[in-house]
Amino acid sequence: MCRLAAITSSKYFSPMENILALETMKEGHDGSGLRLTLKDLKGEFIDLKEYPILSGICSKKGREILDTYMYEKGFKLLHRWSPKIKPVKGINARDFYFAGVYEYPDKWKDKSFEEKEALLLNIRLSLRKLGETDESIFVFSFYPDVITLKEVGDPLQVGEFFGLDKDSLKAKIIFAQGRQNTNYQINLYSCHPFFLQGYCTMTNGENTAFVSIREFLSSRGFPGYMGYNSDSEVFCHILHYCMKRLGYPITYYKDIITPLKWEEIELREDKEALTLIKQSLRQLCIDGPNMVIGFTSDGTTFMVQDAKKLRPGVVGGVKGKYALMSELCGLDKVILDRDKSKDIYPMKYDMVIVSPNAKEVKVWNQLQA
Amino acid sequence: MESATGLKVDFNHKITIKELPYIVKWREDRCKRCGQCTAVCPIGAIKPAVKFIRVIESGGDTQKPRPIRRVIHVIEQVNNMENACTDCAMCALVCPNNAIEPEYNPQNKFLFYKNRGGEGYKRGGRRNDPGVSTLDRIKFTRISMLTDPALDAGRHEFRVRSYIGKILPAEELPLKMEGGKLVVDKTKEKFIPPVREIFPIMIGSMSMGSLSPYMWEGLAMGVAYLNEIEKIPVVMCSGEGGFLLVLLKSRYIKYFILQIASGYFGWDSIIHTFPYMTEDPAAIEIKYGQGAKPGDGGLLMAAKVIKLIAEIRGVPKYVDLPSPPTHQTKYSIEKAVMKMIQFMFMAFGFRVPVYPKISGTRTAKAVLNNLARNPYAAALCIDGEDGGTGAAYNVSLDKMGHPIVSNIRKCYLDLVRQGKQNELPLIAAGGIGKRGNLAANTAALIMLGASAVAIGRYILQATADCLGDEYNRCNLCNTGKCPRGIATQDPKLYRRLNPDKVTERVVEVFKSADVKLRKIFAPMGRSIELPRSNKT
Repeated sequence: MCRLAAITSSKYFSPMENILALETMKEGHDGSGLRLTLKDLKGEFIDLKEYPILSGICSKKGREILDTYMYEKGFKLLHRWSPKIKPVKGINARDFYFAGVYEYPDKWKDKSFEEKEALLLNIRLSLRKLGETDESIFVFSFYPDVITLKEVGDPLQVGEFFGLDKDSLKAKIIFAQGRQNTNYQINLYSCHPFFLQGYCTMTNGENTAFVSIREFLSSRGFPGYMGYNSDSEVFCHILHYCMKRLGYPITYYKDIITPLKWEEIELREDKEALTLIKQSLRQLCIDGPNMVIGFTSDGTTFMVQDAKKLRPGVVGGVKGKYALMSELCGLDKVILDRDKSKDIYPMKYDMVIVSPNAKEVKVWNQLQA
Repeated sequence: MESATGLKVDFNHKITIKELPYIVKWREDRCKRCGQCTAVCPIGAIKPAVKFIRVIESGGDTQKPRPIRRVIHVIEQVNNMENACTDCAMCALVCPNNAIEPEYNPQNKFLFYKNRGGEGYKRGGRRNDPGVSTLDRIKFTRISMLTDPALDAGRHEFRVRSYIGKILPAEELPLKMEGGKLVVDKTKEKFIPPVREIFPIMIGSMSMGSLSPYMWEGLAMGVAYLNEIEKIPVVMCSGEGGFLLVLLKSRYIKYFILQIASGYFGWDSIIHTFPYMTEDPAAIEIKYGQGAKPGDGGLLMAAKVIKLIAEIRGVPKYVDLPSPPTHQTKYSIEKAVMKMIQFMFMAFGFRVPVYPKISGTRTAKAVLNNLARNPYAAALCIDGEDGGTGAAYNVSLDKMGHPIVSNIRKCYLDLVRQGKQNELPLIAAGGIGKRGNLAANTAALIMLGASAVAIGRYILQATADCLGDEYNRCNLCNTGKCPRGIATQDPKLYRRLNPDKVTERVVEVFKSADVKLRKIFAPMGRSIELPRSNKT
């Protein structure tokens, strides 16, 4: 079971806060990886918010291929941030970690954001394909105002390795996962959080419904529904499918992954729609054990449980800063000075939703909605 | 060789007992000559005989051995292929002294001779193949262990359910937002096909003519009990040949699937009952083929067409009722499938799911793809080669057909490729529970892509002690002389069956299957929706 540390705040903060929270939950991850996803960035990215950022790792050869490819596609590099690597014992440094800000090709500049999103996705998938066989290129995200960092190792050491303790890199939403590897081999693409077109999730647990869900998503005809090196990647894609493809409000994510029983649906005002959704999306129903933390493109963060609540999770904080953690010690590390009686431990029907800029937190109950 | 009696010996064209598939072992020392065995034998395989024997006995004052001729009474097996013992073992069942029982003879030459009169061997039952089928070899190897806790079949919420009905893809649902909630947009006038939630094991199509009234009644009462008392939504298919009108008008009709097949038997009275029906049936099954005899029609023999059956089917009494191999109105798949489905949909006011049943075949995918594009098709039922029948040619049963396992998997993967795996449910039939593993076979087919399975022979075996097996035991369904009273219209025979006992057993079978399915799904970490395999 992995350990998860998500923080959403109205002020910019350093990813070291997440990493230190993970450090308190150390017994729960085996050093098989750390991944960070940062949204709403400060530092050198503050003036580049509308431009897409390509995050990834390359070998020397991969870097040449990547630069050539991006040039050919008409993307102009505006700025490139690379972590100042500090060698740490136990972490094999790869050649080149980067987050490059690009300007859209000229003919795409005036297109709609949806079209630009589709382009960014295609470019990311092509790059992934180019470097997949010889592992010369890993690309994790290509989207405006989002950076992703990944490496195999203990989270605190990886943080030091990236020099995050000294870097000015800050953001308003940061998700971090300390991995407990339950895949057969450690693969960089299988580290959470997973990100797709503005939607991001991370999960602790296994996904016993993985095969049905993967089959369903892969056959939707959407190129982004691929990868699945980890069975938890589908949680992100379900969120994307629910909100972006189908246009449902965020709460229906909970109704899709953990549908109510028929007699419970009868209690809901939207029972007609729920009945249809339950039948049409039955392949996306999960059986746990999972706790899912995610954010959506507008900066809303949330936490949900499987229908049996087989995994822990807690949300707490103060107005302007909330943390969504897999364990209480992580929350205490990040926001000690809070009213602990208001901490929320979501149960099987609950979806804890923190509004953008951590303005307020509310618990949406599936039964009483 | 000269015979002692002076009669000429000519035993050519007579078969020996060793050619017969079952040899009746009779113990003279135990037999009290009550005659029950010969009376009960459905095929006349044994007969009482009077023999004249010569023995040497010592007697008299001198104890001098001397030959004595004596008349004795024996039970004798008839060495005639038409009366070959079928091992129903009713003789052993009724014998008060355990003096008689049949024994399988693996060296038999039954099929060499079973064509007298130029007629091919016809029988009931399923494919005679006692080997272990692919279905029975399937095991479940993905067990939740440490990385994820196995679910508790006794404690956690479980819901082993499935659907019949065309399920719209989420993209096509007529939904709109209203006050932050999704509601159905009635202005779009989008047709939402009817969908029924069912238990994934259904009782497959066996007609009222082929089954005895008591058997049918027992099954039907069991299904009603399961739905109303146990809340397990088991449905049962009527088979071809109409439906009891009183049941058709009752509220229980919602637990039954009405079948229409190539003979259209019984549909005249069903249609005339429409105005009096208070509820809709669970679904309509259009039968195009049967796994046991693919490409072949059906036959209800004259002896089974008693008054009740004749009335339901709207035919004269005691005439053979053949159903042609194909629907006579069809000349192409569009005509056959598209139009028939649409007609039936219209007939029931677009409120009842309609699906076709075909026999397992390599061309199943062509039908599947046609249905996948049909906005009304509610499912596709594929009946594999191990399916049972009340009557078919042995050659069709044993040598024709396609195994259900590979057929269902290919069809499912084809649906997955098209992204329609949730839109068109697949129902698998044919040999489920052939060796008694009902829940395991069901779970295997579900893992391979089936949404539900249909059982026939198994439920007869489990609830009414049907004697048949894959060593060609009994298989007398076609003769109307079912010794258990299951597949007969002879009151003397069907009175042997107690419909209440059948009902009890139906309930026990489904309740235990429900528990066993949970016991399979729970360790795989599934409880709410059906699991699928990742094997290709």
